[in-house]
Order: sequence, then structure tokens, then C-alpha cells
Amino acid sequence: MNVRTKHIPQHMLYVNGVTVSFDGFKALNNLSFVVAPGELRAIIGPNGAGKTTMMDVITGKVKPNQGDVFFRDTIDLTQHDEADIANLGIGRKFQKPTVIESLSIFENLELALVGNRGVFKSLFHTLSATQLARINEIIALVGLSERRNELAGALSHGQKQWLEIGMLLIQDPDLLLVDEPAAGMTDHETAMTAKLLREIAGERSVVVVEHDMEFIKALDCPVTVLHEGRVLAEGTLDQVQNNEQVIEVYLGR
Amino acid sequence: MPANSRLAWLLNDVAGKRLLAVVLAITVLVPILNLAVPADSFFHVPTYWVSLLGKYLCFALLALAVDLIWGYCGILSLGHGAFFALGGYAMGMYLMRQIGDRGVYGNPLLPDFMVFLNWQELPWYWYGFDNFAFAMLMVLLVPGILAFVFGWLTFRSRVTGVYLSIITQAMTYALMLAFFQNDMGFGGNNGLTDFKDILGFNLHADNTKVALYVLSGVALMIGYLLCRFVVSSKLGRVLVSIRDAESRTRFVGYRVEHYKLFVFVLSAMLAGVAGALYVPQVGIINPGEFSPINSIEIIIWVAVGGRGLLYGAVIGAILVNYGKTYFTGAFPEVWLFMLGGLFVVSTLFLPQGVVGVVQQWKQKRAERKAFKQVTPSASPQAKPDSSTAAVETAS
Repeated sequence: MNVRTKHIPQHMLYVNGVTVSFDGFKALNNLSFVVAPGELRAIIGPNGAGKTTMMDVITGKVKPNQGDVFFRDTIDLTQHDEADIANLGIGRKFQKPTVIESLSIFENLELALVGNRGVFKSLFHTLSATQLARINEIIALVGLSERRNELAGALSHGQKQWLEIGMLLIQDPDLLLVDEPAAGMTDHETAMTAKLLREIAGERSVVVVEHDMEFIKALDCPVTVLHEGRVLAEGTLDQVQNNEQVIEVYLGR
Repeated sequence: MPANSRLAWLLNDVAGKRLLAVVLAITVLVPILNLAVPADSFFHVPTYWVSLLGKYLCFALLALAVDLIWGYCGILSLGHGAFFALGGYAMGMYLMRQIGDRGVYGNPLLPDFMVFLNWQELPWYWYGFDNFAFAMLMVLLVPGILAFVFGWLTFRSRVTGVYLSIITQAMTYALMLAFFQNDMGFGGNNGLTDFKDILGFNLHADNTKVALYVLSGVALMIGYLLCRFVVSSKLGRVLVSIRDAESRTRFVGYRVEHYKLFVFVLSAMLAGVAGALYVPQVGIINPGEFSPINSIEIIIWVAVGGRGLLYGAVIGAILVNYGKTYFTGAFPEVWLFMLGGLFVVSTLFLPQGVVGVVQQWKQKRAERKAFKQVTPSASPQAKPDSSTAAVETAS
């Protein structure tokens, strides 16, 4: 799509020994894993396994008590805030689709478009022809061309999820964190989303947190299982589904 | 086309253009009807009305300032009266220095209240206010700097919603208590008054009053254009984005606190200008302007007019203040109840304010028209189901 001049790092994301505790409760407990450049990775785990906290740590919303989080080998993410991290090239999709409901689909994407985020630059901002083309390209990619001027609030749940993915893509991130993209989608939409995420990966690293096993199967990628704030198992979906410990955690004691 | 698109923010604002036309018309017409029409004519506008209308225009500018932060960025400031009052005090200090030795005590340097308190010299913060340009700079800077410091501390700590509203309310209350103190050097509870002239023009002359009125109208128009420009820019869409989904905006990479700070300071400066135009027209500024109820009233104007539209705030401010003038004259004891009732009614039944009601009514009428055009043979009153019922009873 666009020429990348940055060097390819060894690890896109490197998480080592991260611990986060809230009032003594360890939401993350010595969590370690790495994501390679261009990798698509699914993360599963029962409720309270620490999936959302993990995303919060990577995107700067929560500072870890211990451990290292590095992006592109050298950037220490624990030293940056949300806006910084977004501009460094990490996009995040929330569990509940959050688009700007009182702006049009076009304006939502315009807002997310990569570029200067300064106050005064925004005041006198005008779109260039290339930027306009880029917005149109993404609108087409997420299948919303006919509704470009409608308010985002008028979209269906699934379409909002897609618009939000579009907003992530147009930020041109190196790493996408996607929290439960298939929630509330029809089977057809779920399949389309899996296809879209597979296409995106390769050029970018994508980490997907999901509950829906059908969706994970459709993603066809390595799976990491979280439990009580740390990694329980890693491997293909078949491998982790046949893992004794995983079965025990999921089926209950 | 490219020349047009630079001005699209103005050209697409149909309601705004109408509002500007009305404001321009009254800014031009009222002075003519006051100065050029003989006093016994039916069309004569008394000077009392000119100053009253000028006051409404200042309030409209203040409402605009509040709508900019509340309607577009979701910052519900319950302390905006403070910025208005500070702008007013800056103007008041200039007007006090203009009195010179014409005060009751005839002291050429010290205002009367300082002589009365046995002060020997002018406090340092009164220096420079004898210069009009300096005083006007302070009208912008004092509210602007307070808003900057206040906003810097609160927005950076991510204080939002009702907590922010409470702190703004505390801010204006604290300022009120401070300004009541005689030691502060702002005239205590009497405030600043007995003004004589502005730039050498007698404040009690009709011409001066008309000029202040015209300036208020011009300030309102410029303020409206400025606000419209801001909310139509990409910055305006970032503000809406912050209002609707603050953390989303952050994760897209915008520094939310910088945007809030910008718009909060701009709004405080507009409020300061409104206060500075207000004070010479009413002839007094006292700590009562800082009282929390004043700030809450501004919110009511905006809510009644319709927030997040800009012109709604202007309409609301003028409507409610006209109502206040009328009812405090006719039934003084019920006004506060009416004000409270107005707030409840507008919150419960008019989420888009008066402007929203008009828009809904227009939309309904357009739909009815469209329906009539689709079925030209059907009689206008007969609804489809009632006409079939009529056929059934006939058969």
C-alpha cells in the first residue's frame, strides 16, 4: 500500500515479566510474550485473565508495577502516554465499538488519518488530494462507500466495528490491538472480519483478543492462552484446545 | 470553487447567516431609531432600551463562549461568570482611573474607596490601568491566564464531567469571597462604580451609550464568526470527538488536554470581552457578578436556546434575559421559580432547546407537504386509516 522506509525490527512487541496489581489483586502476573513483525496473533482466556489489562499496558493507559514493554525493539512503552503511543504506531480497537457518533463516517476517518495532531495545525487544516484518496480507499475497504456522509451513530453494531477498524488502519500503525472484533456480528460479518484481519497482517502485526472459537479458527493463526495474568499455553488452535491445563481452566474445576 | 471552499464554513451555515443578518440589522437600526427619530415619534427607541439591548448582546456573547466549550467539547463550566466578571473588573479599573480628581474626595491618583480606607498609595496591580490599550489587553489576558492555569491543572489531571463542574463553581465562589474583601483593593462589596467617561466621552451621553451598544453588536458578530470558524475546522471535529468519546480520541493520538485548554482559554477571553462591554453600559461592577447563580444562569440560557449550535446560545440568552426583564418587573417574586422551572422543562422536554423545537416543527411540516404531494387526490385532513373507516361505515 505505502512504502515503508523504517527498518524491520526483530520484535514488533516485546513484553517481559509484566506485573500489574490493583489493590493487591494481580491483574497481570509476570506476563511475557513477543509478537513478530507482520504476525497475526490471537489471545484467548477466560474472564478476568488479564486480556484488557494487557492492552491497557501496551497502549499506556495503565503503567505496570514491574516488567518491560518494548515496541520495535527500542521504544520503551512504559515511558509514554496514550497519545504518544498512538502516534508511535500502535492502534487499538475497543471491546465496545467506539466511533464518534455525531460525526459522519468520512469525518471519523479524517480525524483518524495519520498526520499532525497539533491544536493549531488542526485549526487551519485542509485535506490534500492524496489524503482524500486515502480516506476513500479505506471507506471502500471497510465497505461503507455508500454511507460515507451519514452519521456514524446511524450504523449497525457490526458496521461500527468495521468503521473502527478503518479508523485504526488509516492511522497507519505497525501494530494493531483488536479487542473482540466479532462481538455482536452476524456469521457473515464475522467471516468477513477474519478475512480482513488476515489481509491486514503481514504488512502490520495484529493482536486479536477474542472469545469466539469459530472466529479464531477462521483467523488460522498462533494462539496464546492467558490465565490469571500470565501465559498458560501457546501454539496452534488445535494444540491449545487439546492442552490439559487449558481444558481444565475453560471447563472449570 | 477553491475560493468558495475556503469560506465554506461560513457559506454553509444558513441559520448562522440569518442570525448575523438580524444582529447586523438591530445593530444598525436601533441607533438610527434612537438618535435620528424624534423623541415623541412612535418609532423612537428610548436610550434606556438601547442600553438594555446592549446588555443582552453582551450576555449573548457570553452564552456563545459557554456554548463553545459545553456544546462542542462537553466541558460544563459552572464558573464562566468569573471570566465575565474579571473582564468587567479590568474595564472597571480603567474607568475608575479615568475619574481622576473628579471623585468625591478629589484625589487625583486614588479612587474614592481607597481614600476612604485611608490608603496612601495605589496598589501595584492598579498601575497601567489609566492606559486604555493596557486595560483592553488585560480584559483578554486576565481571564485567559486564569483559564490557562485552571485548565492546565484540571485537564492534565483528567478531571471531567460533574467533578469539573463542581471545581469551576468553587473557583467562581472563591473569587467572589476574595473580591468582597476590602483589602483586595477592588472596592469590596460596593465594587467599582460612579464612572464618568471612557476615552474622554461622557458615559451618560446618549451618543456614548449608542456607541457602546454598536460595539457590543459588532463584538457579538465577530465572536460568532470566530466560534463558527473554530467549530467548522478540523479542530472543531476533534472537540466533538472529545465530547463523544474522550478516550477514543486519545487512542487515535490527539492530546485531549491541549485541545480542551485551547478552547477553554478562547472561551474565557470571549467571556472577558463580554464583561468589559457590559460594565460601561450598566455603570457598575461588583463581586455579585462572581456569584455561582450567575454562572448557572448562563447554562440555562444556552440550554433553553439549544446547545451545540452557537446561534441557539445567542437566541437563548436574548430570550431568557428579555423574560427576566419583563417578569422581574411584572411579577418579581416568581422569577426565580420560573428560571428553575425553565431549566427543568428544557432538560426534560427540550433537549435541543427552542431551536430544536422549531427545527422539528419545520421537518414535520416538510414531511406533511411531501405526503400531500405524493397523494394529491387525498383530502388534506383524512388520514389513510380514517378514510378506509369512513368507506366501511358508508357501505
